[in-house]
Amino acid sequence: MPAAERSSRGNLKVYLGYAAGVGKTFQMLQDARDSAQQGTDVVVAYFEPHERPDTIAQVRGLDTVPHRQIQYRERTFEEMDTDAVLRRKPKIALVDELAHTNIPGSERPKRWEDVQVLLEAGIEVWTTMNVQHIESLNDEIWQITGIQVRETVPDWVVRQAAEIVAVDVTPEALLNRLKRGAVYKPEMVEKALAGFFKGSNLGALRELTLRQAAHEVELRQFAFDETSGFQVPTVSEARIGQTKAEVTKERILIHITSEPSTAMLIRRGRRVADYLQADCLALFVPTDLAAAEREAVEKHLRFARSLRIETHILAGKDVPQTVVDFARRNQITQIFVARSRSRLHERLLGKDYSQAIVRGAHDLQVTVVADRSRRQGL
Amino acid sequence: MPRVSDLPRPSPERLLRQVQAEENKQWGAKLKIFLGYAPGVGKSYRMLDEARRRHERGEDVVVGAAQGQHSEEVQTILSKLESIPQLETTGGQAMDVENILRRAPQVCVVDPLAAQNPSGSRNAYRWQDVQELLRNGVSVLTSVNLLHVEEYKEKVQAITGRDTAETIPKSFLLSADDIVIVDVPTDLCLWRLGAQLTSIGISNYQERQLSELRELALLLTAEVVDAQLESYVQTHGIEPVFGTQERFLVCLTPSSNAAAMIESGKRNKERFQGELYVVYVRRDGVSRKESDRIEEYMELARQAGATTEILESENPVEAITEFARQKRITQIFISHGSHRNWRDLLFGDPILRLVRSTEGIDVRVFPR
Repeated sequence: MPAAERSSRGNLKVYLGYAAGVGKTFQMLQDARDSAQQGTDVVVAYFEPHERPDTIAQVRGLDTVPHRQIQYRERTFEEMDTDAVLRRKPKIALVDELAHTNIPGSERPKRWEDVQVLLEAGIEVWTTMNVQHIESLNDEIWQITGIQVRETVPDWVVRQAAEIVAVDVTPEALLNRLKRGAVYKPEMVEKALAGFFKGSNLGALRELTLRQAAHEVELRQFAFDETSGFQVPTVSEARIGQTKAEVTKERILIHITSEPSTAMLIRRGRRVADYLQADCLALFVPTDLAAAEREAVEKHLRFARSLRIETHILAGKDVPQTVVDFARRNQITQIFVARSRSRLHERLLGKDYSQAIVRGAHDLQVTVVADRSRRQGL
Repeated sequence: MPRVSDLPRPSPERLLRQVQAEENKQWGAKLKIFLGYAPGVGKSYRMLDEARRRHERGEDVVVGAAQGQHSEEVQTILSKLESIPQLETTGGQAMDVENILRRAPQVCVVDPLAAQNPSGSRNAYRWQDVQELLRNGVSVLTSVNLLHVEEYKEKVQAITGRDTAETIPKSFLLSADDIVIVDVPTDLCLWRLGAQLTSIGISNYQERQLSELRELALLLTAEVVDAQLESYVQTHGIEPVFGTQERFLVCLTPSSNAAAMIESGKRNKERFQGELYVVYVRRDGVSRKESDRIEEYMELARQAGATTEILESENPVEAITEFARQKRITQIFISHGSHRNWRDLLFGDPILRLVRSTEGIDVRVFPR
């Protein structure tokens, strides 16, 4: 992102962790206190105390914008009061839990959308999130932990952050905190130990967090290298002695259908495109669809656009052929298709799109994406 | 649930690591390392803060070695902990291992880990002193800078021009019970070092260098965590975990466009900071010409940094699926089929059978 584009916008800083209780909020508040002591105007715009005494102590002495009270189904919920923060206009606003979904009746459905408003107003925002809330990692997380995370943040929101900080702690220390009751209330601890916090989950999530942080750090190097022209020996050997133009630009095409697995396909395509620095497109070829299927397609197209994927809709009698022709015309290097659930008679009748695309695109690369909801061997 | 006999066998290196770790554990001694990517990230503080908390919780903590210059915060913590003075020799200072062992604390703080002992000391390097403490049942909290990891020395030198004689082997890091990365933004690190800062993001050459070191340190920690995860999975006899690191498996046949597939595998491996495997499934009755060609491909693959293997099986789909499961592969690269026959139409061709048998893995089909 060019610096000029961001000059009037506030910067975003994300504290990234791998589970509740690793100390994201604690570290954010600690850094905020340091800044406040040096005279920076910092306010706590949203803070989730979770009844953790150590963390609550960190808030003391920091200026706070009171939360907004919202009535929903005869209960009172607290949300960030975005308007009040805008009026207060601090230099830095602390907004805990970026992935949070606002209660119905709030102005914007997601907290990350509230954060966009603050950034646009020129306010710097510091926020916290866990690796499992990154949209494109959703299926990997499901595959690893068996848990489907509902609250996610689109990758581009994380990408716009000027800075990512990995908050690291060993799983052992985290489990100790959990057992001491420093993370959840006692009645929640048993449930946590049997679910997200069980066995190898923590190690796997921790590794994902470290790799994600390394990737984010590298992306910011690319941005700098393009504008500065510095030659720095890099971690990725692929980049040594090679300018960007010399590396063949990959272009990825995602085939959208009404199948539920399309969401998984979109996330994976987006993620691979990000890593390969590839262009990412999506194509839907309409057929006779039932109302529910049409709705599913609409949802998938919307989802693709929310991840900043360029979507196309193209008429064609033969769906696989239309996809392959589009790919050839648009210099696509890789087509992403879902695993189909077709039966033998459907295969014989040529109704299996992914199979037909694999066969038809013998001059292109076709990736049949994993069904990550099916855990290996379980 | 899979039977234990179905699970992949542990490698000899891992078994050795396990034995070493278990030897230490007999005494309950644990090694915890705080890794930083540069001076000024706050490793010493994080480590000493943990030492202080353990001391307050009633553990018997001593300081065996501490670094020369300290911030006020570090001084405050040090004043609360018992120190065992270092040995003064004409060649410099060394940790007093003998005294520490006599004192026999539960936990000893060793800061920094990478130090060369003066000649005539009982061990040449401080990390060997640490091993001795662990063997004798003393847990160790220690800190190390990426620059001092032997295998990273050259990379760091290429980036920063800094060199050092005081290094520790990477295998020592891999043997740690715990490793924690102390990660801070590069601008904060620069600011602590007293440098000029201009704008947001990466602002200058020095910060760009630091960013590179930061990436290396994050990836090194991820590698250690992955090794721990693998040994956890092994010792608990549970299924391998998928998807934590991207692992690419290129499956070649004599008619594959091997150069393109290996090149793509290499690029993917580098971009994802992943691992690359290249295999060939050999069936009976392979011609001389074909095996020569495969040998050429394998050599190409090794030059590209891949781990190569030849699998013997009459059922390629089964052999590849099994190998992929063992190695926790996330993407399989294969070639488009060359022809179709009635058998393929009825049972699905090999590509589709592979796609069906590897549900949790991406399958990428390449042109011939």
